[in-house]
Amino acid sequence: MMHSPFLRPAPGVRGVMLTVLLALLPGIAVYAWQFGAGILVNLLLASCTAVAAEAAMLRLRGRAVGLAVGDLSALVTAWLVALSLPPLVPWWLTVLAVLIAIVAAKHLYGGLGQNPFNPAMAAYCAMIVAYPALMSQWPAPGQLDFGAQLDLILGGPRNIDAISSATVLDALRTGLRTPGATVDALRQTSPFGAVGGSGWEWVGAAYLLGGFLLLARRVITWHMPLAFLLTLALVSGVAWLIHPAQFAPPWFHLASGGTLLAAFFIITDPVSGATTPRGKLIFGAGIALVAWLIRSFGAYPEGIAFAVLLMNICVPLIDMKTQPPVFGHRGGESP
Amino acid sequence: MRALRKLFSFNGGVKPAPHKAASIAEPIAIAPLPERLMVPLWQSTGAAALPLVQAGDRVLKGQRIGAADGGLSVAVHAPSSGTVLEIGPQPMAHPSGLLAPAIVLATDGEERWTELEPVNVGGTPPDALRDILRDAGIVGLGGAVFPSHQKLRPGAHGTRTLIINGAECEPFITCDDMLMRERAAGVLRGAMLMKHILQAREILIGIEDNKPEALAAMRAAAGSEAEVVAVPTRYPAGGAKQLIRVLTGIEVPHGRRSTDYGVQCFNVGTAFAIHQALDHGQPLISRLVTVAGNVARPRNYEVLIGTAMREVVALAGPRPDTNRYIMGGPMMGLPMPGFDVPVVKATNAILAGSPTLFPPAPPEQPCIRCGDCARACPADLQPLELYWFSRARNFGKAQEYHLFDCIECGCCAYVCPAHIPLVDYYRYAKSEVWAREREKEAADAARQRFEFRNFRQEREDSEKAAKLAARNAAAAAAARAAADSPAPSATAAEPAEPAAEGQKKALIAAALARAQAQQAAAPPRNTDDLSAETQAEIAAIEARRQEPATTANIAGGDATGTSATPTAMPAAADKKKALIAAALARAQAQQAAAPPRNTDKLSAETQAEIAAIEARRQQAARLPPEPAPEPPREPPLEPPK
Repeated sequence: MMHSPFLRPAPGVRGVMLTVLLALLPGIAVYAWQFGAGILVNLLLASCTAVAAEAAMLRLRGRAVGLAVGDLSALVTAWLVALSLPPLVPWWLTVLAVLIAIVAAKHLYGGLGQNPFNPAMAAYCAMIVAYPALMSQWPAPGQLDFGAQLDLILGGPRNIDAISSATVLDALRTGLRTPGATVDALRQTSPFGAVGGSGWEWVGAAYLLGGFLLLARRVITWHMPLAFLLTLALVSGVAWLIHPAQFAPPWFHLASGGTLLAAFFIITDPVSGATTPRGKLIFGAGIALVAWLIRSFGAYPEGIAFAVLLMNICVPLIDMKTQPPVFGHRGGESP
Repeated sequence: MRALRKLFSFNGGVKPAPHKAASIAEPIAIAPLPERLMVPLWQSTGAAALPLVQAGDRVLKGQRIGAADGGLSVAVHAPSSGTVLEIGPQPMAHPSGLLAPAIVLATDGEERWTELEPVNVGGTPPDALRDILRDAGIVGLGGAVFPSHQKLRPGAHGTRTLIINGAECEPFITCDDMLMRERAAGVLRGAMLMKHILQAREILIGIEDNKPEALAAMRAAAGSEAEVVAVPTRYPAGGAKQLIRVLTGIEVPHGRRSTDYGVQCFNVGTAFAIHQALDHGQPLISRLVTVAGNVARPRNYEVLIGTAMREVVALAGPRPDTNRYIMGGPMMGLPMPGFDVPVVKATNAILAGSPTLFPPAPPEQPCIRCGDCARACPADLQPLELYWFSRARNFGKAQEYHLFDCIECGCCAYVCPAHIPLVDYYRYAKSEVWAREREKEAADAARQRFEFRNFRQEREDSEKAAKLAARNAAAAAAARAAADSPAPSATAAEPAEPAAEGQKKALIAAALARAQAQQAAAPPRNTDDLSAETQAEIAAIEARRQEPATTANIAGGDATGTSATPTAMPAAADKKKALIAAALARAQAQQAAAPPRNTDKLSAETQAEIAAIEARRQQAARLPPEPAPEPPREPPLEPPK
């Protein structure tokens, strides 16, 4: 017999995931406009792989395939993987990354809702460790036409110089190793734009727009993005004030790399993140701190993915220690 | 009128579509007298009433036909004049579908009243007023049906604020709204009477701001006697804890009485019933019921308690695809096991349900920890954590995360995108916790019985040996004495006995005192806090839990194992309860004292304990096993409606 409540108007997991996909569209549009339509091929490739892998894994696990594939969670993972990878990686790398995300990071841990690690970031980390060279080849805006991009994606010969050397974070990191180089001098050179990476600034702005949509639709709360962005600004700002020649200014950190994509779409993954309000603040701030440390002192130019995985490990502890006070148990006063 | 009162707010809550407009279009109608009334003896929290009539008796309208049984029980009355057809098990207005004793009346259509005596409230002491309310069958009409006389006791520091709950936050239900519109003066009068009994300083009447007519009517009636406050419309604003919070800022924790915080909260319907009981001497024999949902003409009816729900719904024109009734609102209401269950004091609404109006829940999907439930929870719980713990049967952890602070309002399940029936998980977890606590009590009792049996056997053996030795010694002595002079039969052991008896009594008294002290010091268990209603539910759940086990045993042809436990006879159960109580006290005392028995070397203390138990065992066997009714620890706050 069905018990109360008898009203169940909630839109369903599918509705949540659909909103996330919609919120990604502005970012994808600007990405394609700035860097060519190659990203769309990657997104399609990732989507097909994800749905196939999801269906296969559900079948292997003896679960109902239709409902679970219909929840669109695999598509969200696929899109986030594709948007995190460099846009011109060969097709097999995209496929491999999505397989790692769906098969290893998600279903081997028990499927939707059970994965301790952010699947997209687990896949990204696996790829950057396994294929560091391919993972550092990022194009400059408007550099290659669609045909050339497609050729690279389909595994054509890669002339490294034809593809821009690196992201701004990479350029900054390697540039600063030269004696006498300063952040200001480096930021006058090619890959840098007004605040972040040339072209990437616009993509970031579009992600921000999508993030506001998620906030307005209450798919995410303000806690994680705000804590993440504020902490990143704070730590990078302090370092920059102390030693401006060696540390990039806070606005550079906020505008470059995957900062804005991460702030609204990656770290806000509910399954692998903290759930309490205070826990979300700690989680977001922790990622920012670790990411900045890796960017400034680590072996990799971009540290957000590693930071997310590190903080994923801490989630059970964070949640346990930040349980909000229950009604009637605040303050502990009693007459 | 005072300036705007500063209102507080509770976190969470939801805003479901109200569905209230349809049933307030027409004024309250009086439901026609049915030919047959089925008055359950058990309509309130606490013990069922004791029947005062027999089959064949003629009864008058308003005549008391069931007497309150103990402090946490109220009387029931004949809703109309007629003849008692039978007293026996009848279907209950409860999802379990269990039967419960009820008095079935055939009405004679004459509606002849019994003699009604208005009460001189000013000249009657509060205790007597409480007894009058108990005998008038007054319970909380918001849905919790807690005996009102028990809630009308001032707290330790007095009751400052009396809150009258007219929030009525559940969708569809409008009986309180209509009551306030049409009978505002009576509601206010009832509130004033309660203020008098509680010696409260102020009356606050909280009404959701989506009921402007009720607000206006109550304001006009209240004048300067009470403050009528419009509270924001947000489910569950009508939950007693939530309304107290909104109006006073006070949060009453789970397991505490609101009077300890200087507030008490009653439903507007209860206020009106108290007015009728004291000013007119009229007991609670009818109530307002909203009939809504899948009906052509939703409306509020004044219905006699005991009328079959089918007859009430028929007045509103149920649509043909009606497949069930829900008692209460769609958020917290109870699905009825059939159409012929009676309207009871808890029936604030009957919703006719259909597959289109209340479609079956969509398939359950995995929890994605989105946290919507936590944002919706008015008790500030983390429902997703409770869900994981309940699902994993990690009930200890669930309790740690305040499982029992859950008021089962349904907000979490309402917002859950994965369509997880969260409240069902919490009900399940709570019932498992209760069952485990009871199992543990039973196991402790069994262990105690076993140990005592061993001890008794050893004692009897040693006594026999001693007697034998004494007899032998006496025989030897007699044989020796026989040489000098003939002596009467020796009873060497006997003179010692009276002295031993006195010592034993003293020890019993000491052990009893100690056991009581231990019991008082023991931390309260979850099962201590329970309202009798909940206990009944537990009993029902337990019955259902055991049923599959028994049938499985029968099916498997396995007579061993659990087959002995499930079907305990009621009398045996009562006796067992008394024994358990005694054994529990002993267990607690024993735990505090030395490591458990070695019956060979009994300390004086242990001997005293054993003596005490034995005394109580004998007493329990002799006396009718009536567990003393404990005063309620927490009058449960009324659920939102």
